Amino acid sequence: MATITTEGVSHVANLARLEFDEEETQDFTEQLARILDYIGKLNELETDDVEPTSHIHPLHNITKPDVVKTSLPRDEVLKNAPEPEEGYFGVPRVIDTE
Amino acid sequence: MSLNQLTAHELHDKLKNREITSVELTESVYQRIEEVESKVKGYLTLTEEIALEQANAADKGFQNGDDMPPLAGIPIAIKDVICTKGVRTTCASKILSNFVPPYDATVMQHLHSQGVVMIGKTNMDEFAMGSSTENSAYQITHNPWDLGTIPGGSSGGSAAVVSADTAICSLGSDTGGSIRQPAALCGVVGMKPTYGRISRYGLIAFASSLDQIGPFTKDVTDCALVLNAICGKDEMDSTSVDVPVPDFTQSLVNDVQGLKIGVPKEYFAEGLDEQVADQVQNAIADLEKLGASVEEISLPHTEYAIATYYIIAPAEASANLARYDGVRYGFRTEEQTDLINMYKKTRSKGFGQEVKRRIMLGTFALSAGYQDAYYRKAQKVRTLIKSDFDAAFEKVDVIATPTSPTPAFKIGERTADPLQMYLCDVMTTPASHAGLPGISVPCGFVDSGLPVGLQLLAQPFAEEVLFRVAYTYQQNTEHHLRKPEINSSKG
Repeated sequence: MATITTEGVSHVANLARLEFDEEETQDFTEQLARILDYIGKLNELETDDVEPTSHIHPLHNITKPDVVKTSLPRDEVLKNAPEPEEGYFGVPRVIDTE
Repeated sequence: MSLNQLTAHELHDKLKNREITSVELTESVYQRIEEVESKVKGYLTLTEEIALEQANAADKGFQNGDDMPPLAGIPIAIKDVICTKGVRTTCASKILSNFVPPYDATVMQHLHSQGVVMIGKTNMDEFAMGSSTENSAYQITHNPWDLGTIPGGSSGGSAAVVSADTAICSLGSDTGGSIRQPAALCGVVGMKPTYGRISRYGLIAFASSLDQIGPFTKDVTDCALVLNAICGKDEMDSTSVDVPVPDFTQSLVNDVQGLKIGVPKEYFAEGLDEQVADQVQNAIADLEKLGASVEEISLPHTEYAIATYYIIAPAEASANLARYDGVRYGFRTEEQTDLINMYKKTRSKGFGQEVKRRIMLGTFALSAGYQDAYYRKAQKVRTLIKSDFDAAFEKVDVIATPTSPTPAFKIGERTADPLQMYLCDVMTTPASHAGLPGISVPCGFVDSGLPVGLQLLAQPFAEEVLFRVAYTYQQNTEHHLRKPEINSSKG
């Protein structure tokens, strides 16, 4: 298994939509490297012929009848929104306008 | 004893016989909170007004001579990871500091239909990530048995308030041991039911293939009563399983004759505190004297459970916590130059260090080029761990182990080293991988006076045999009756 570099940490942070200053990047690099080193012990096990387990029940594709039901009222849903706007969730501008 | 010290089943009898009212009981709980909560700090939110309304409603039912359910009028505390309609639910995170759920979790609907009294929301490790409750963004909870030590985690608040008699019982959640370990460290009963027994709808998600809600109580009878109330298939959670829900109180029989208890040698290896080992061995010997047969078994992949857990749980968490983006609910940063920047600033300010560490670990384990080496590998080892248990349960009915390798440790002792903290879960994560039900019951004390827990595990949906063994144990021992003296801090 690979180890992780500061560049790797910055790359993963971007994927996770997190950002760190230099010191935090350094700390996370050291901590994650140590944890990954410990996790490396899984390589002691031969698992080529083992099926993966994602959860313990033999459940597949649970479906429900397509019945129309009432959902939460709009104002209830928007009560927790940090910046609701005219009945919508407000976000910073994402489209440039000329 | 004052009312707040009694069990739910004792209180139900008194309520039914009209010896006491739920309002008196509820007031005795808040009186106790007044006395000790500033030392224990188990609650993030108290809901006294709601509680008194609920107590009044229960009292009306008892006065009318209605056939009241076993938890009617009983004061209960709820881990702050469970959505409570109209009551702030923070997950002990800054990112949800102002979140007021517009709906109740399914377990809350079940509890309300019984007429419980909600005392408040309990402290926890942020997003249930931790083993000591020190990762709360708000406060540190102190173990009632020694205020200088941690209560365990992540459901440390829910364990501490039952131990401190500031609630009669409580709900927690267990992903890798977050009910069983704090129950052991606080000297109370804690149960993680089979994965799929209880709906996770309204349980704020950490690792969806592992998360499960369960009770903390003062004895095994109360545990059965709370479990009776909250089990069952729910169409709002497609992983809840449609199996018959027995009346668990029927399993409260004082008899373990003929039961086979397996003791896995891997759980009594290096790293286990000697005094903890002694107490657990004594408990197993007690069960043998009571008629159970005991044999040594082997669960050979035990040593890989932590490494497997710290891939699977963070991977699932990194996906589940993607929803905290500052758009629909929760905290949003003031610094907003563009959308991506708003996401990054919001998440970086809103999440604590451990949550970020796990999101990073999980994102890495799922990222291009590493997914097979880490996530897929861990899922395969999960199969091996589960197979160990399958083989063991061909031979035995119940597996008995320590719940935690050590008693409660000092506040601050392990916060500097994340890996040391992760190793706290060495006895509890294997059963989580296999989705098994497990219960921790108090089984003695180390010399310093801190409690020790005995963990009992069974096959999926075999909670009944756990109740039978745990109940028999408590009928013949007195460890669960001892109470902490909160004023005498040795911290």
